[in-house]
Amino acid sequence: MKSCDIVIAGGGPAGLAAAIAARKAGVESILILERDREAGGILNQCIHNGFGLHTFREELTGPEYAGRYIEMARALQIEWMPDTMVMEISRDKVITAMNRREGIFRIQAKAVILAMGCRERARGALNIPGYRPAGIFSAGTAQRLVNMEGYMPGREVVILGSGDIGLIMARRMTLEGAKVKAVAELMPYCGGLKRNIVQCLEDYDIPLKLSHTVVDIRGKERLEGVTLAQVDDDGRPIPGTEEDYPCDTLLLSVGLIPENELSQGMGVVLDGVTGGPVVDESLETNIPGVFACGNVLHVHDLVDYVSEEAARAGVNAAGYVTGRLAQNGRKIPVTAMEGVRYTVPQFICPDRMEADLTVRFRVAGVYRDRFVSVYLDGERVLHQKKRVMAPGEMEEVILHKSSLLACPDLQCITIKTEKE
Amino acid sequence: MYDVCIIGAGVTGCAIARELSRYQVDVCVVEKCEDVCCGTSKANSAIIHAGYDAPEGSLMARLNVRGNEMMDGLSQELDFPFRRNGSLTVCLQEEDMPALQALYERGRNNGVKGLRILSGEEALALEPHLQEGVTGALYAPSGGIVCPFLMTIALAENACVNGVEFRFQTKVLHIQNADGYYRLETDQGVLESRYVVNAAGVYSDLLHNMVSSHPIHITPRKGEYLLLDHSAGRHVSHTVFMLPTRLGKGVLVAPTIHGNLIVGPTALDTEDREGTNTTAEGLREVAAKAALTVRDIPLRQVITSFSGLRAHEDGHEFIIGEPEDAPQFIDAAGIESPGLSSAPAIGEMVAEMLGEKMGLKPKEQFMGRRKGILNPSVLSMEARNRLIRENPAYGTIICRCESVTEGEILDAIHRPLGAVSLDGVKRRTRAGMGRCQSGFCAPRVMELLSRELAVPMEEVTKSGGVSRMVTGTTKKNAGRENGDL
Amino acid sequence: MEQKELICIGCPMGCALTITMDGGQIVEVSGNTCPKGKAYGEKEVTNPSRTITSTVRVLGGESPLVPVKTRTEIPKDKIFACMEVLHGIAVRAPVAAGDVLLEDVAGTGVPVVATRGVGKK
Repeated sequence: MKSCDIVIAGGGPAGLAAAIAARKAGVESILILERDREAGGILNQCIHNGFGLHTFREELTGPEYAGRYIEMARALQIEWMPDTMVMEISRDKVITAMNRREGIFRIQAKAVILAMGCRERARGALNIPGYRPAGIFSAGTAQRLVNMEGYMPGREVVILGSGDIGLIMARRMTLEGAKVKAVAELMPYCGGLKRNIVQCLEDYDIPLKLSHTVVDIRGKERLEGVTLAQVDDDGRPIPGTEEDYPCDTLLLSVGLIPENELSQGMGVVLDGVTGGPVVDESLETNIPGVFACGNVLHVHDLVDYVSEEAARAGVNAAGYVTGRLAQNGRKIPVTAMEGVRYTVPQFICPDRMEADLTVRFRVAGVYRDRFVSVYLDGERVLHQKKRVMAPGEMEEVILHKSSLLACPDLQCITIKTEKE
Repeated sequence: MYDVCIIGAGVTGCAIARELSRYQVDVCVVEKCEDVCCGTSKANSAIIHAGYDAPEGSLMARLNVRGNEMMDGLSQELDFPFRRNGSLTVCLQEEDMPALQALYERGRNNGVKGLRILSGEEALALEPHLQEGVTGALYAPSGGIVCPFLMTIALAENACVNGVEFRFQTKVLHIQNADGYYRLETDQGVLESRYVVNAAGVYSDLLHNMVSSHPIHITPRKGEYLLLDHSAGRHVSHTVFMLPTRLGKGVLVAPTIHGNLIVGPTALDTEDREGTNTTAEGLREVAAKAALTVRDIPLRQVITSFSGLRAHEDGHEFIIGEPEDAPQFIDAAGIESPGLSSAPAIGEMVAEMLGEKMGLKPKEQFMGRRKGILNPSVLSMEARNRLIRENPAYGTIICRCESVTEGEILDAIHRPLGAVSLDGVKRRTRAGMGRCQSGFCAPRVMELLSRELAVPMEEVTKSGGVSRMVTGTTKKNAGRENGDL
Repeated sequence: MEQKELICIGCPMGCALTITMDGGQIVEVSGNTCPKGKAYGEKEVTNPSRTITSTVRVLGGESPLVPVKTRTEIPKDKIFACMEVLHGIAVRAPVAAGDVLLEDVAGTGVPVVATRGVGKK
């Protein structure tokens, strides 16, 4: 069996950044397994701009952003296998993969980095009633068809869900000559970034219907129309508010789900809220030597953060391989409460953390003038006012190693929002 | 002029066609959709009933029990998945135990083997997610689960290789009794046939009433279902029914042969023979009723919902045979539950009937065995690697959720009566049937269909007709070189 | 005096800006809570512009399309004219990322560049 120091499942932005960082940290034997023909993952179909402001201080398109990392990986001569599907990873880090050239093969890794990304929630998960005709696509599928293959999914479009991909596709379909009739959002606030609301919807006079959902889908063969209705505070359609929208296409942008079937198969413990692995400050899962980063860990809104996070996973995987990453440290749980839905990481080992550690989280609603607070057991060590926080935009706090080490009996780190 | 035209390529029509293909006879199956298994056969509980439900002495009871018995042999001969997982009809109140006993008696009289009444504890031991209050259950070890798509496709393919012709996208509009034969007026021209078999599901009354003055009436009875991800597939291992009581009929909760969990159906009489839409109320009802018998169903794992229409005949009985006033016209009408279970026996019965009437002789070269689409995941690593070396398409995964390779999809497209639509590929290979519901694989499957069938992408459909997946290209002047460059 | 209402896109705050104009001259920007908001508001009412990203048909390439962008922002009212031009052109593989595919799109003076490479088939 072939062996390798670090095997990375997925050659998207996370896998690439992890590989580059691991190589820079001194690991020679690194292999990226990528299921697509090309590296770069979903960025290849995200042809719009707005990437890279944090990483490169300039505004890039998705392919350009991916291109920079592919170039770096190439310069560092990182080995990767395209068109290769990881079928299984065992708990002792034997990777079973398959491609056309080599068939099924196994690789023994010393460390594994999970970077498989996420998938879109499908209609079924929402249980939208009605018929099941052609013309219903997840926004990402439509994006692939339009941007990579040059086909129009339809001409008259309604979009359900105001996530960023949905907003981006509203603009994209409009530019390609389709009529986008409405974007409906179940929640009373938009799920996407502010700039996308303005530049993708308002620029083209596309109505955003907050607190609305699709309650019926018509058309036996090809979609003929959908019915939108307003919903109450519990998300239930309000009778009498139904409005009919003739359309041949319904795009769904109703959430992303980390793709953790491989992780689950190998016994990685998942977080019920993020859908991704439970990790510590080193992005190491419950299985020593198995790390996770990018959208397989938790869904990000900015690829820049993916790259940054993945680089940490790469460095730590390198540390694991070379024996520099200490094992058996004491792990303190990080608890998300009162308006904070989750945190990544979920555990922190103060001995292993770097001087400053970014903890990322999402809030449960739109909050104005609220505080984000960090408690070390009962003591509040951070109390930061935020003018506005929204579920669509990831938040962060920085924890300092010195303050954690100052509490030798620390049991729990709590992150919550507070009104005052 | 055909000897026999079978109208409808559902499981009933295909079972009849396959049985008839044993004989020297010229048979054509006429189907309004683009594929077999597009109506009631594709949207049902996917179970093989033991046979204790149908009224004693009914044709339904006899054919159900016979069909059930035939399933082991048939599934092996035709290589489609079938498993006897056993069924439990659950009783929730002590006062209803006599009704459970009555069901047991009826089953025995129908000839169902192995029936047993279990105590509440025994039932819970067998199926730990039953509701705690269960007072008893009727256990039927011969109950089974099947893939209705693969079963219908297997029957059709085998009929096809044995000489039966299939005409798809051909809708019968009118039937006329000519002199000693029938003229079938279709949207694709006129067909003539000495005998006609009416296996048209929810349309079978309309066809019957075209030729007979003794009308029958079919009510499309809508049943809505929820299908859950593999991760929920082991929530129950038996098919769990609720004993019908004054609380209602309940819904079933069962594993599917492919490892999902299925919950449903509702029963709502409609007028619309194409009304396979789901409704918010229906789906709520499914969830609520399932909870009566099985606890903690992980409804967050629902990957899709669907609805099917049962061809409910007013007398709740299969109508099989020749109407008095329409010789050479054979009904196989009112085939509702347990129609899937009974299909093999219906096929046998109708073929025998026609064999006798027409004096048919067996075909010597009849090939009773058929190989299904090779599923590489059942092979050893060595065998799988040999396969990939011979045909690299088996080394490319197209559908990630269900691990379907390009090789399987190409097989599905090129085999007899191959897939011509995304749904056709899906029903044959499961590509697109997983948790992402074709989000990732749809564009790839579209490309394969377009390439292999040599049709433009714009002509690739989800399910035939006007169900095109894309409406055009993004480039109006595709291919024109830019003079500036 | 006329007033225009805008939502600032500088950050998640989404400040509601009010821009007071007098005959094409900006008199006042209010509602902003930082200097970025003022700058955004001024630009948006006097010279709104956007970077356009789309695709161009590739002949003989390993992919049928190459993603492209306008190198800089173009006036907002030229967006559809720009799209019309991009619809009509095709380039021959190979294309490298950064290649200028069109010197001046729709009279804006702004070039259209490829944002990734497409190799020959």
